[in-house]
Amino acid sequence: MTAVSLTVNGRSATADVEDRTLLVALLRDTLGLTGTHVGCDTSQCGACVVHVDGVAVKSCTMLAVQANGATVTTIEGLAKGDELHPVQAAFREHHGLQCGFCTPGMIMTAVDMIKRHGGKALDEKTIRHELEGNICRCTGYHNIVKAIEAASAEMAGMAQAAE
Amino acid sequence: MGVEGIGARVLRKEDKRYITGRGRYTDDIGLKDTTYAVFVRSPHAHAKIVSIDTSEALAAPGVVGVLTGADLASDKIGGLICGWMIHSKDGTPMKAGAHPAIAHDRVRHVGDAVAVVIAETRNQARDAAEKVAVEYEELPAVIDLAHAQDEDAEQIHPEAPRNTIFNWSLGDQGAAEAALARAAKVVSLDIVNSRLVPNAMEPRAAIGSYDPAEEHFTLYNTTQNPHVARLVLAAFVGIAPEHKLRVVAPDVGGGFGSKIFIYPEETVCLWASKRIGGRPVKWTADRTEAFLTDAHGRDHVTRAEMAFDADNKAIGLKVKTIANLGAYMSTFSSSIPTYLYATLLSGQYDIPAIYAEVDAVYTNTTPVDAYRGAGRPEATYVIERLMETAAREFGVDPAELRRKNFIRTFPHQTPVIMCYDVGDYDATLDAALKAADYAGFPARKAEAARRGKLRGIGFSCYIEACGIAPSQAVGSLGAGVGLWESAEVRVNPVGTIEVLTGSHSHGQGHETTFAQLVSERLGVPTSSVSIVHGDTDKVQFGMGTYGSRSGAVGMSAILKALEKVEAKAKKIVAHQLEASEDDIIIENGNLKVAGTDKEMPFFQVALAAYTAHNLPAGMEPGLKETSFYDPTNFTFPAGTYICEVEVDPDTGVVEIVQFVAADDFGKIINPMIVEGQVHGGLAQGIGQALLEGCTYDSGGQILTASYMDYCMPRADDLPMFNVMTTETVCPGNPLGMKGCGEAGCIGSTPAVINAITDALGVRELPMPATPQVVWKAAQAARRPMAAE
Repeated sequence: MTAVSLTVNGRSATADVEDRTLLVALLRDTLGLTGTHVGCDTSQCGACVVHVDGVAVKSCTMLAVQANGATVTTIEGLAKGDELHPVQAAFREHHGLQCGFCTPGMIMTAVDMIKRHGGKALDEKTIRHELEGNICRCTGYHNIVKAIEAASAEMAGMAQAAE
Repeated sequence: MGVEGIGARVLRKEDKRYITGRGRYTDDIGLKDTTYAVFVRSPHAHAKIVSIDTSEALAAPGVVGVLTGADLASDKIGGLICGWMIHSKDGTPMKAGAHPAIAHDRVRHVGDAVAVVIAETRNQARDAAEKVAVEYEELPAVIDLAHAQDEDAEQIHPEAPRNTIFNWSLGDQGAAEAALARAAKVVSLDIVNSRLVPNAMEPRAAIGSYDPAEEHFTLYNTTQNPHVARLVLAAFVGIAPEHKLRVVAPDVGGGFGSKIFIYPEETVCLWASKRIGGRPVKWTADRTEAFLTDAHGRDHVTRAEMAFDADNKAIGLKVKTIANLGAYMSTFSSSIPTYLYATLLSGQYDIPAIYAEVDAVYTNTTPVDAYRGAGRPEATYVIERLMETAAREFGVDPAELRRKNFIRTFPHQTPVIMCYDVGDYDATLDAALKAADYAGFPARKAEAARRGKLRGIGFSCYIEACGIAPSQAVGSLGAGVGLWESAEVRVNPVGTIEVLTGSHSHGQGHETTFAQLVSERLGVPTSSVSIVHGDTDKVQFGMGTYGSRSGAVGMSAILKALEKVEAKAKKIVAHQLEASEDDIIIENGNLKVAGTDKEMPFFQVALAAYTAHNLPAGMEPGLKETSFYDPTNFTFPAGTYICEVEVDPDTGVVEIVQFVAADDFGKIINPMIVEGQVHGGLAQGIGQALLEGCTYDSGGQILTASYMDYCMPRADDLPMFNVMTTETVCPGNPLGMKGCGEAGCIGSTPAVINAITDALGVRELPMPATPQVVWKAAQAARRPMAAE
């Protein structure tokens, strides 16, 4: 067993884990953060995406011990209290989810995607290409693409207004 | 309509928990002292189990128990059942083999469970599972559907000679063959409908928990129909009587049919919990396990012949299908290639003579059962490939050939049981043609050709039977259950409302649409309404969600209960305001005496019902009503889908440049949710055409058991969809609804294949039409002259 210390959603956490424990198992089983899901075990579906030190990571493909000292944000830590992140709000507004299982990973991926593109409004082609690592079986992606388009445009507008 | 009533695009009430990570799926539930189950599964497609040595596994760290099929048998736990009896055309009942939850003498597919290891942690269970030593004696595996019925094929179940479960027929063979004999033109096709894996994103999971003091079991399960699960586990598997078994379906992450069925793992988790003294036993499939054990879909081989007269009017259809049911008969497997398939072979067309013959066969593959559409996509694929091929061979416009054969008078009795109640197939065809700019297609094709691309257009005019189903009708056809739905409307003393429904939502948005119905009727905001579902302790009984039935059947039950609530509320108001009951109307949340200013807000009526200080003489206090609604007919959603593709002949890559879907779903509660259902269905249907396909090698090893091998549709494989609806009101239920959950998946597949074959100028193309398949077909089509 190895002791791991990390910050998750702004709170420090420490746990003794087996060396083989995956980050997603630490989040779900030890810390009780069950919003991050496991959909495929092979790093394909993206239901497990979280942010580690500000970068989107598939938490089913990272060992918990690799996250020692890291700052992790999960879907539970994205909203500020009752105020939804613009991407969360856009998924609801545009019906970008049905069963909700892929949704946390989709949202965490979208937040990272918008950030990596410099916070500018994203077009359909870019969004579809960037969603290569996230699988949804319910929506046919149509409304997910619309939600991310809208959220990126809104965030770009907010950034411009702030300047 | 009110702002939140029927027809409004109300945002979903359930979304907040999902977008904030607070959904609660089965694997998210952590009961005290939970143990973890991992199954030891057969690596062979077909083998005798010679011996199982569990001693090393039992001694492994953290192991609580290791159980085998012998233990299951000694505890007299029953096997799994198929709940729909089919009789062969000679009158003999279907020949179903046994299906124990854990195999004890023979394994019949790769992934068949042979033992279960229960340990303190998931990892300990996994480690110990590798220490279970199973000695097998391999047997020849039956994999190829075309040879499963051969005389010398290995027999998989002793009950089923030639691996044939039934040889069933529907329709008038003589009439269909006479039509073919006198036809001016006959179009025939050999069609393979490929095997698919449903792949709900949430893997199946179960937690079984036994309370020794109460002798009571609880099952948390990824199920679309918790009451049916309880019924089967109680009455057939024999876990416990129904009052000693609670089944909870919490948030369920997609189903698409695959979570209807009662699987071995539920039985094992419940039984094992009792065996180990009452600690909860939790099992969650990993994705490969899901590919090995979730019921697959489709897998038909069909020969179809369609007869036309000289005027291109269809006069007959004859279909012979072999349906692969895999190694065991799953819960509803027998009904899919029969009453959900052959009964739809008339499509949207007036075909006077139809005959279908279906052989269902065992193979050493994963069981096959309902997958989104279930039988109806297979029927649509047969008819719409035939129609498109006929149009090309006759040299007529594919839209016009269909139009010529449309049914236009209703009700229409087809030769294959179904009686279509209402429809307007010209309306959906016209809407789709206009939206797709069909007239502009030749110019677009020419423009694409200048860029070296092959452009094609394909049609599909589908029909389906939904709102499953009238209990008496399905009972007469062999169903083991009635297919009504129940609802209970509980008005609280403060006027808020709980609706308990036997329908189950696993992505469909019932918590919103069902609340919209209440809002429409009672004028209360949807925020005052809670929808309760998925728990046999809360909802008395229900048949669950599949076959696009939650609106037409489930909401009709809610409406019936609401009508009873309204009637009682009106009596109370009439009494208190000294008016006639017949004069009371409900408007904007108030009960009014028509033509006066006298009124009572709904919450005051509710309070009056519970204080019971001033009720009409003899009236019982309270405001709570129940209804069981049994539909009188199936519903018949129908539509036209048009797919336009561009093929790169050098690479075989197919791009869908536009996809138009025009559907008639009858009355619609929430257009936003309906559109979402269509989008998702289209993606799955297009997935079958272009990407998905489950394959086995000749020895029965599944070659597509992860997302690295089975090609799921991803965002950049799909276009934005152009979806629209027309409306004929369904006369069969009080809300006029037809259902929308499966249409996209039923109608889209043939449209895509018709478009690609049009682009390439080829007659046939196997699915999935991967770049390699398309490239080969394009190369072959380029050189027909050279070969001759």
